[in-house]
Amino acid sequence: MTSSQRSPFAPVRHAPHLAWVGALLVLAVSACAPAAATPDAAAVNPIPANVPTVDPRVGLDAGLTDAEEAIWNLRLVSTTEPADEFVGITNSDLAFLGTYAIQGNYNGFQVWDISNPADPSLVRGYLCPASQSDVSVYQNLLFVSGEGFEGRLDCGADGNQGAVSPERLRGIRIFDISDIRNPEYVGNVQTCRGSHTHSLLVDPNDAENVYVYVSGSAPVRSAQELPGCSGESPANDASSSLFRIEVIRVPLDDPASAAIVSSPRIFADLAEPPRHGLSPAELAEVDEARRRGAFVVDIDGAPYILSNGEAAQLLAGMVASRGGTGPATTADSIALREALPFIAAQISSEPGTGPDQCHDITLYPEIGRAGGACEGYGLLIDITDPENPQRLAATADVNFSYWHSATFNNEGTKVLFTDEWGGGRGAKCGPTDPVEWGADAIFTIESDQLVFQSYYKLPAAQTPTENCVAHNGSLLPIPGRDVMVQSWYQGGISVFDWTDPRSPVEIAYFDRGPVDANSLEMGGSWSAYWYNGVIVSSEIARGLDIFELVPSEHISQNEIDAALTVRFDYLNPQGQQRYDFPASASLARAYVDQLARSGGLNGDRIAHVREEIAAAEGTAGSDRAARLSGLASELEPEAARSTDAAKLGMLTRTLRDLAAAAVAPGAGGAEAGEAGL
Amino acid sequence: MTPSKSTRSTLLAASVVLGVASGCASAVGRPAEPPTPAETDASAARDFEALYRARADSAALRFTEADVRFVTDMIGHHAQALEMAGLVPDRSENGTLEVLAARIVNAQEDEIEIMRGWLSDRGRPLPDLTLPGAAHAHLPGMVTPEQLGSLAAARGEEFDRLFLSYMVQHHQGAVDMVHGLFATDGAAQGESTFRLASDIQVDQITEISRMQQMLARLSAPTGR
Repeated sequence: MTSSQRSPFAPVRHAPHLAWVGALLVLAVSACAPAAATPDAAAVNPIPANVPTVDPRVGLDAGLTDAEEAIWNLRLVSTTEPADEFVGITNSDLAFLGTYAIQGNYNGFQVWDISNPADPSLVRGYLCPASQSDVSVYQNLLFVSGEGFEGRLDCGADGNQGAVSPERLRGIRIFDISDIRNPEYVGNVQTCRGSHTHSLLVDPNDAENVYVYVSGSAPVRSAQELPGCSGESPANDASSSLFRIEVIRVPLDDPASAAIVSSPRIFADLAEPPRHGLSPAELAEVDEARRRGAFVVDIDGAPYILSNGEAAQLLAGMVASRGGTGPATTADSIALREALPFIAAQISSEPGTGPDQCHDITLYPEIGRAGGACEGYGLLIDITDPENPQRLAATADVNFSYWHSATFNNEGTKVLFTDEWGGGRGAKCGPTDPVEWGADAIFTIESDQLVFQSYYKLPAAQTPTENCVAHNGSLLPIPGRDVMVQSWYQGGISVFDWTDPRSPVEIAYFDRGPVDANSLEMGGSWSAYWYNGVIVSSEIARGLDIFELVPSEHISQNEIDAALTVRFDYLNPQGQQRYDFPASASLARAYVDQLARSGGLNGDRIAHVREEIAAAEGTAGSDRAARLSGLASELEPEAARSTDAAKLGMLTRTLRDLAAAAVAPGAGGAEAGEAGL
Repeated sequence: MTPSKSTRSTLLAASVVLGVASGCASAVGRPAEPPTPAETDASAARDFEALYRARADSAALRFTEADVRFVTDMIGHHAQALEMAGLVPDRSENGTLEVLAARIVNAQEDEIEIMRGWLSDRGRPLPDLTLPGAAHAHLPGMVTPEQLGSLAAARGEEFDRLFLSYMVQHHQGAVDMVHGLFATDGAAQGESTFRLASDIQVDQITEISRMQQMLARLSAPTGR
C-alpha cells in the first residue's frame, strides 16, 4: 500500500489511545476550566482514504450480464449462470470434492463438475431453502448451514408461518453424497442460534468422527421451538445459549446420529479487549516523535504521542497548578514530562463484557490451532482436543467493526482476520472509507500470541451501488510465499502477497461494475478459493466464475506450474489443510525466479543455475542425479553470503530431492520426464 | 461471458417464479435445445436478467405488516442515533468515542438507505423524519427530549458518559425490536428482512459491548 492510500488517521495518535486523553487531562488539570479546543480532530475523523486513481477498476459500467470488467494478471476462464431455480437467489459459499465444486445458495445448493473449467456442468441442483447454506464436505458427507427463519426440516419452500414452528430447521443439515447426483438427506442437528456458518474439523487423531463447529449470529430461538434454548445472559441463566459455540460430533459410520457434544464457553473471562500493538510504521513515528521532543506517554504498555493541543492543555494545567498565569515555562515542560508516567499509571483497565458468539472459525488441525472471528475479537484457539477448544489469545481493534473470518498461512506462523464491516450489505470501499475499516488485519503468531503487523484493503475505490468489504478467501500455493485470493463482494477479487506481513502487496485482481447503476443490489464475489489449479468464485448474483493465474512480474510461470502440483482430494477453506510441494523442476525453477526477484543470487549466477537445471533435464538416472547434486553442492556454500539464504536453502533442498528421485527405484530413466524433473 | 446453456423465455421466468422450489428431487437447469451460439448470447442474457428481476420482485413480495412496521420504525430509531452521534464532534474530546460515533453514523446512514429502499421496493410510504423522535417516542430505547437536551448541553467527559449510557440504552432498544420482530408469527420470512434485522442485532450487540467497556473506563476514579 502506498502512503497516499493510507488513511490520514495519524498513526499512534489514533483512536485506541485517545480515550485516555480525557482522563489524563482531568487528572493533570483538575483546576483547568473546560477548554473549547478539541484535540486534533483530523486525527480521528475518517477522511478520504482510497483516493480514486487511474486504477481501471474505478468507475466500471453497471449491468447484471454485461457489466464492464477490469482484470489484471488473471484470466476469466468461464462464467456460468445458476440453474433457473437458483437465479435471483443469493449464491453463497463453496466447498470442493474431487472434480466437483459445491455452491451454496439460499435456495439450496448446486453441484458443479469443474473438470473442464472452461465449461462447468451442473451435476445437480438441490432445492432446500435456508440462508446461508454454508457448505462443507468430507468423504461421502455434505453439511449445509441453515439460519434463516424460512428453513424447513422437509426442505419445503413455503417457510414457517409461526414464530414458533415445529417444522423449522435452524442448524446443520447432513446429506449423504455417496451418489453425488442424488444427495440423500440423512439428518440434521438443530441449534439454538441456527448456523450462519460452520467449520469442519477433521481431527488427525480420530478416524471415527468428524466435528462441526457451529457459529450462529442470529438471535436465540424460543425454548418452545427448541427445548433448552435460552437468550438470557449467563449471569441469569447458567445454561444460556449466548457466549458459547456448539461442537457437533458426527460418527462417520452413522451420520444420522450426529449431535452436539459440547458448548464450549471460549469467551469466558474475556474482559477488556487487549488492543493489538502498534504497527512498525506507528512505532517508527513514536521514535521520530521522541527525537523531536514531543510528549510521549505510555498507556497500558503502548506509546501515545500527545498532539500539540493536548500538550498545550496539559501545560496550562501545570501552570495553573503552581498558581501561575501566562505561557508555560521550560520548568513546566520538565515537570509535565516527569508527571506523565504517574498520571498514566493511575489509569487502569476495567473489565467489560466480551463477545457472545463467533461469526466464523477457521480450523487448522495440522497445527492444532483455530482462528476465531468473534464479534469484537479475534481469537487464537487450541483445538487439539476437538470437543474442548481452549482460547489461547484474544485481540481487538478499534478499527475493526466485526471480526468475520480468519486464514492462516501454510506454516501457521501468521493469521489474517477480516472485518466484515456492515455485514456485507454496505458499500464500504468508497473513496472516503478509511483503509483500516472493513479491511484485513495481519498478525504474526508468536508464542501463541497474536502480534499485529498491518492492514490490507482492496486498493481501488468502489461506487455507492457496490456492496464491498473484506470477505472470504484462501491461500494460493505459491512455494516459499504467502499469497492469498480474497473476495470483496462487488469490489471483485484481489490476489495479494503477504509474505512480508508488514507490507501486503496486491498482485492480481478482477472486478466487474455494479449489478445496477442506480441502486445497491447484492452481488459480487461471496468467496474466491484456489482449488487444484483454478480460482473458483461464487458470484452472488451472476453465478460461478473460474479464473486462472496469468504469469506476470509478480508471479512467474514456474511459480504457477509449482502451484499446479498441489492437489487436494477435497477442500473446505474454513478447515485448512497444510500443503506440501512435491519435488519438481517447476518448484526448483520457481525458487530460482524468486531468488532473481529478491536479488538473493546475482544475474550471472541465476543464468548459470537455470542453464544447469535445463542441462540436467536433458539427462536421466545417475547422470541427472550427479548434475543436480553438483549444482546443489555448488550453491550451498553461497548461502552464507546470500541476502536470501532461506530461499537458497529451499532451492538446494529441492535439487537434492530431485537428484534422489532421479535414481530412486522406478524412476524410469529418461521416461521419468516431468515426474522426475 | 460464456454462452449461456439455454435460452429462456420471459414466460418461463414468470412460471418459475410462481412455482419456486416446488419439489426437491428434480434435476434442474437442463438445457432443452442446444441453441446456435451466434444468436444466443444476447437473448440468453436478456432471459437470465428477466428471470433475475422477476425472482427479485417475487422475493420482495414476501413480507408481512410486522416487517413493514419494523423497517419503518427502525428508520426512525436509527435517525435518533444519527442525531445523537452528530453531537459528538463538538462536545467530546475522546478520540475513541469520535471513531465510534463516526462508525455509528456511517453504518446507520447506510442502513437507513437500505431500509428506505426496502420500503420503496414494496410501495410503502417512507416515515416522516422532520419531527425526529416525536413520532417514534414509543419505540424501545428511544432517548427522551429531556435526555437529548441534557446530552446537547453536556461537554467533555460528562458528555461522553451520557452519550455512552444513552447509546447503550438506544442500541439495546434496537436489539429488543429485533427480538420482538422475530417473536412475531410470519415475520422476517423474507431473506432481506431476516438479514437486515439479524445484522442490526449483531452489530448493535457488538457495539453495546464496546460501549460498556468504554463506560467502565470512563467510570474509573479520575480524582476529580
